[in-house]
Amino acid sequence: MSAYIIRRVWQMVPTLLGVVLLIFFLFNWIGGDPAYVLAGKISNPEQIENIRRQLGVDQPYWKQLLIFLQQILTGDFGASWSTNEKVSQIFLTRLGPSLTVLVPILVLETLIAIVIALGVAYVRGSLTDRLVMVACTVGMSISLLVYIIVGQYVFAYKLGWFPVQGWGESVSENLFVYAALPVLLGLLVGIAPNTRLYRTFILDEINQDYVRTARAKGVSENRTMLVHVLRNALIPIITNVMAYLPGLLVGAFLLERFFSIPGIGREVILAVERSDFPVIKAVTIYVAMATMVINLLADLMYKAVDPRVVLK
Amino acid sequence: MTTMTASPHFVASPGLWTLAWRRMRRDHVGMVSLLIVAAFILMMIASGSGFLARDWSKEVGANYAPPTFVGADASGQSVIIPATEAGEGDVVESNVSDPIASELAELRPKPKGAVAGAGPSEGAVVDPLADIMAEIKGKGGTEAVKEQRAATLPFGADKWGRDVLQKVIKGSETSIFVGLAAALVATLLGTVFGAFSGYYGKWVDDFFNWFYSVFTSIPYLLLILAIAAVLQQKGLTTIILILGLTGWTGIYRLIRAEYLKHKSREYVQAADAIGASGNRRMFVHILPNVSHVILVQMSLHVVQFIKAEVILSFLGFGVPVDVVSWGSMLNEAQNELILGKWWQLVVAGTAMAVLVTAFSMLTDSLRDALDPKLK
Repeated sequence: MSAYIIRRVWQMVPTLLGVVLLIFFLFNWIGGDPAYVLAGKISNPEQIENIRRQLGVDQPYWKQLLIFLQQILTGDFGASWSTNEKVSQIFLTRLGPSLTVLVPILVLETLIAIVIALGVAYVRGSLTDRLVMVACTVGMSISLLVYIIVGQYVFAYKLGWFPVQGWGESVSENLFVYAALPVLLGLLVGIAPNTRLYRTFILDEINQDYVRTARAKGVSENRTMLVHVLRNALIPIITNVMAYLPGLLVGAFLLERFFSIPGIGREVILAVERSDFPVIKAVTIYVAMATMVINLLADLMYKAVDPRVVLK
Repeated sequence: MTTMTASPHFVASPGLWTLAWRRMRRDHVGMVSLLIVAAFILMMIASGSGFLARDWSKEVGANYAPPTFVGADASGQSVIIPATEAGEGDVVESNVSDPIASELAELRPKPKGAVAGAGPSEGAVVDPLADIMAEIKGKGGTEAVKEQRAATLPFGADKWGRDVLQKVIKGSETSIFVGLAAALVATLLGTVFGAFSGYYGKWVDDFFNWFYSVFTSIPYLLLILAIAAVLQQKGLTTIILILGLTGWTGIYRLIRAEYLKHKSREYVQAADAIGASGNRRMFVHILPNVSHVILVQMSLHVVQFIKAEVILSFLGFGVPVDVVSWGSMLNEAQNELILGKWWQLVVAGTAMAVLVTAFSMLTDSLRDALDPKLK
């Protein structure tokens, strides 16, 4: 097991190196001279020269790449170009709010979707099943943006059930007051496609021989569905949840922007608007690392769920 | 029925596409979706070539003219709203129409006063202004102002009084075109990479797999935003390239698996035996046999890219300011909704939802028709 983990971590090195090269290529090569971006309109040649020296862009490319690698290894990406806040500091302070929104969405969405999917898969072909599926298809086709715009307008502006936007100090206040509506909207968007998907996973299992065997030996319907079927359907579900994690970030971009949640997604959008390269670079590298670790975790979870899986 | 009458002895056995089309024809949901998608694409072409929505930017209605079917209600509402919410509704409205309305309101009475009051002698004193006034009166006065702006439009009007229906047609031109073009780029890249990777194996495969894992370890939207941040210039080509260059990974994976499967099949060995070159085997012999996968994937990606374009344009990183797309419409609609002007949101949202639903169902039908084993 530990040998497997070590080897997988070792295999991450070339991929990470590729990500570094890609980001470097994007920002230091295609991106052009950042000094012009930084100096803005009031640029005189002297100033630009100064900034170039500070950023190290007057160095040859290989030296710049070394500087970038050093930044990644030390975790010190310097300071934001627009606020002068340290990038690592930005990342640390924005992570909390993002997780406050993302974790409830992920957990609730997965649980609710599994429960609904089990239910409709059990009564497959019935009117309930078909109605739920039609509702899911229609629900999926409406843009995420429309959900957020309308949801914020109806529940916050009109009905006043939730604050329109904002963020507080204490965790519980954030979780139950400010994050409530974003989480609700996130669920609304995410449950439909997941229910559809999980239903097909469960349907794949429900017709298998072992289910018939279980029924034949008198196992209760609940136990058949929850233990026999669900456990086997969990593997594709885990794959989906894990693959979904980076995608959740996408939803978070919009949610955080609409509800002024000081999270990483909003920070990225601000950084793109301000051409704040150090922040974007750091976020991309960190998120890529996280994605790789999540993939490894997913593989380890397969093993936990299904002992037949051989890790090699 | 027609096939029954033809003598079966002389009919060659139908190919994949004929069979698929027959299965497709029997699938009513699929055919309806196909019609809807075709209608949208026709609309896109008509709009692009100038037959439809050519003057979408003309201000034909009153600012925020409501849709016709709520016309009477809305005109009543616009009176009621200021009454219930005190002056606020009024202030907001005049604020919104500020740039045009206040100027025009100021400009209109003045020349009249100047002309009617004293004529040229006094007019000479305010000469610089009067000239402009006269010009404005001559041009804008007769056209933009005097041309009676409709109080209601079939689907309402936006902030500037532009017809929402025309705008949504123009917007779908942008959104669908971006979706189709980006899907084409992504499919092309994914297919070529996947073909080389699956067919040649060894270090070629290793290289493309590495490339794939690099691209997939950065979340899609983050990568798009990073590229958008670097490129700085906005434009249709930019956004198509961004979406296409980042979106090939899923297709690559599938095509690679197909090529792995196919390269050891007998017909490929036969092609090898008659001396077909590697490229010929890949793109002449194998490609038609995996083309159904490519078609389904492309169809899937069109939907995905349309959604991505809408989000990007909404955030302001997509199409340029002077181009209208569903995303930029939704962006405007966000502020309009707070004023109670819901029609642009509903029309743009509905148009998008209809196309996305139809396209997704068409993809499902395509998959069923092309791969009957899959159920």
